[in-house]
Amino acid sequence: MPWNPEADVVEVVRGPRKAGGAGGLYRAFGETLRGLKTTFNQLARVGVTTVQYPEEKIPVFPRFRGRHRLHRFEDTGLEKCVGCSLCAAACPADCIRVVAAENTPENRVSAGERYAAVYEINLSRCIFCGYCEIACPFDAITMGHDFELSDYNRSDLIFTKEMLLAEPAERTPLRTEDE
Amino acid sequence: MTHLVEVLATPLAVVGYAEPWWMAIAKSLVIFAVGLQLVPLVLLMERKLLGRFQNRFGPNRVGPFGLLTPIADIVKLLTKEGFRPRTSIGWLFALAPVLSIMSAVAVLAILPFGNVQDIFGTPTGLYGIDVSIGPLFVFAFGAIAFYGIMLGGWSSGSKYSFLGSMRAAAQLISYEAAQGMALIGVIITAQSMSLTEIVEAQAGMWYVVPQIFAFLIFMVASFAETNRPPFDLVEADAELVGGYMTEYGGGRFATYFFAEYLNIIVISGLTVTFFLGGWMLPFGIDAPGWVDPLVVIGKLMVFVFFFIWIRATLPRLRYDQLMSFGWKVLLPLATLNTLVTAIVVTV
Repeated sequence: MPWNPEADVVEVVRGPRKAGGAGGLYRAFGETLRGLKTTFNQLARVGVTTVQYPEEKIPVFPRFRGRHRLHRFEDTGLEKCVGCSLCAAACPADCIRVVAAENTPENRVSAGERYAAVYEINLSRCIFCGYCEIACPFDAITMGHDFELSDYNRSDLIFTKEMLLAEPAERTPLRTEDE
Repeated sequence: MTHLVEVLATPLAVVGYAEPWWMAIAKSLVIFAVGLQLVPLVLLMERKLLGRFQNRFGPNRVGPFGLLTPIADIVKLLTKEGFRPRTSIGWLFALAPVLSIMSAVAVLAILPFGNVQDIFGTPTGLYGIDVSIGPLFVFAFGAIAFYGIMLGGWSSGSKYSFLGSMRAAAQLISYEAAQGMALIGVIITAQSMSLTEIVEAQAGMWYVVPQIFAFLIFMVASFAETNRPPFDLVEADAELVGGYMTEYGGGRFATYFFAEYLNIIVISGLTVTFFLGGWMLPFGIDAPGWVDPLVVIGKLMVFVFFFIWIRATLPRLRYDQLMSFGWKVLLPLATLNTLVTAIVVTV
């Protein structure tokens, strides 16, 4: 603690102390030399802490919330999403748009009664909070690991159902358990 | 009237030998070609070393090990639009960077890189010109450099530029006094104002030993004169955006930038000349003449490294600290040093 908690009077320093004269000059000079030594030690040290980003990437944790993914049932290949719009309702940024349609025996898209005819996520609005993932009763939407989402065009950042369903190119390394 | 004619007829430089005109041209071309090539080198060196000081790589994208980064920088700056604020004063705004770089280049002309050599049978001094008023020449052009900064800030018509140039004015004037005072000790010891004679007078012992206080004062004042950290209040980015060059961009900014780094090289060269025996090697090693410029550039680079090292270490001073340090510490010390030197030399 910089002050004595039991003291009755706490001395308050207002403004800089009086210059220390010759002693102060000597101290300032000494401290400067000490600082120079510290920085020189850093210079002499081998190795850098920089990650060369586009070539090297820091692996993400499994719970990292990146770009969304929509899922299918592995056995039947049907979409898990039933077009209930709960994700759109949960979304605080209002970036999900779902238009549902009825499944018919000829055209069965999802396992439920209805399916999402349109499923769009506007990633330029998304805040990656993960509420959609929590709201989904069928685990149809989850947060993936991709974070490299820049584009030249705003309209290119509106991801459609096909883009979200597609197996993403694994561009993001995942952290292993011992990392 | 006759007196005036006599004064005007006195040559600016007193040289003990005749130099053909073609040699003067060749010499100046070589000096400026080599001197100006040092600038991109120092630029890259600074960024690389700062990177290493902070445990990063520094620029490493353009060319092998980032060696082409300064070229990319310069090309980028020169291809930018020559913008000028509506409130600025046009011709002054354009003139200011020119003044700045002109004064920096001018001092390069008197920097001695070596003694008189025989080149193609012609005795040639390895310097642009050996003026008999060396330090005065330096300070005269230093004063013009100050106009470059002052006019640049003032003619921009922006308050940050104006504040930056006001600071520059105060800082340069305060530290030039201490710097000049420190050099008087050297001049008294060498009993000459010619830079080559000052170097030759250091044959026995470099002035960094007997004039150690002058050396330290000169170094500190040089940091202030070149607006380098910890005295970079002129362009304190955190509080003044960019100081006097806030409104500058493109080629004009490049000119200022170039002048700043050239100033570092020049001031390092002057330190080498005044205090570290110029082209001489230590311990009386007698090297052949062609080594001289390499020795000067080598010593100069050590000082450039020191400039960068200081930048990586010390934080910026507060403005009142800067002023009180210049006037209350450096100037009295420099004066005292001059006084003591004068007494010692006379007695």
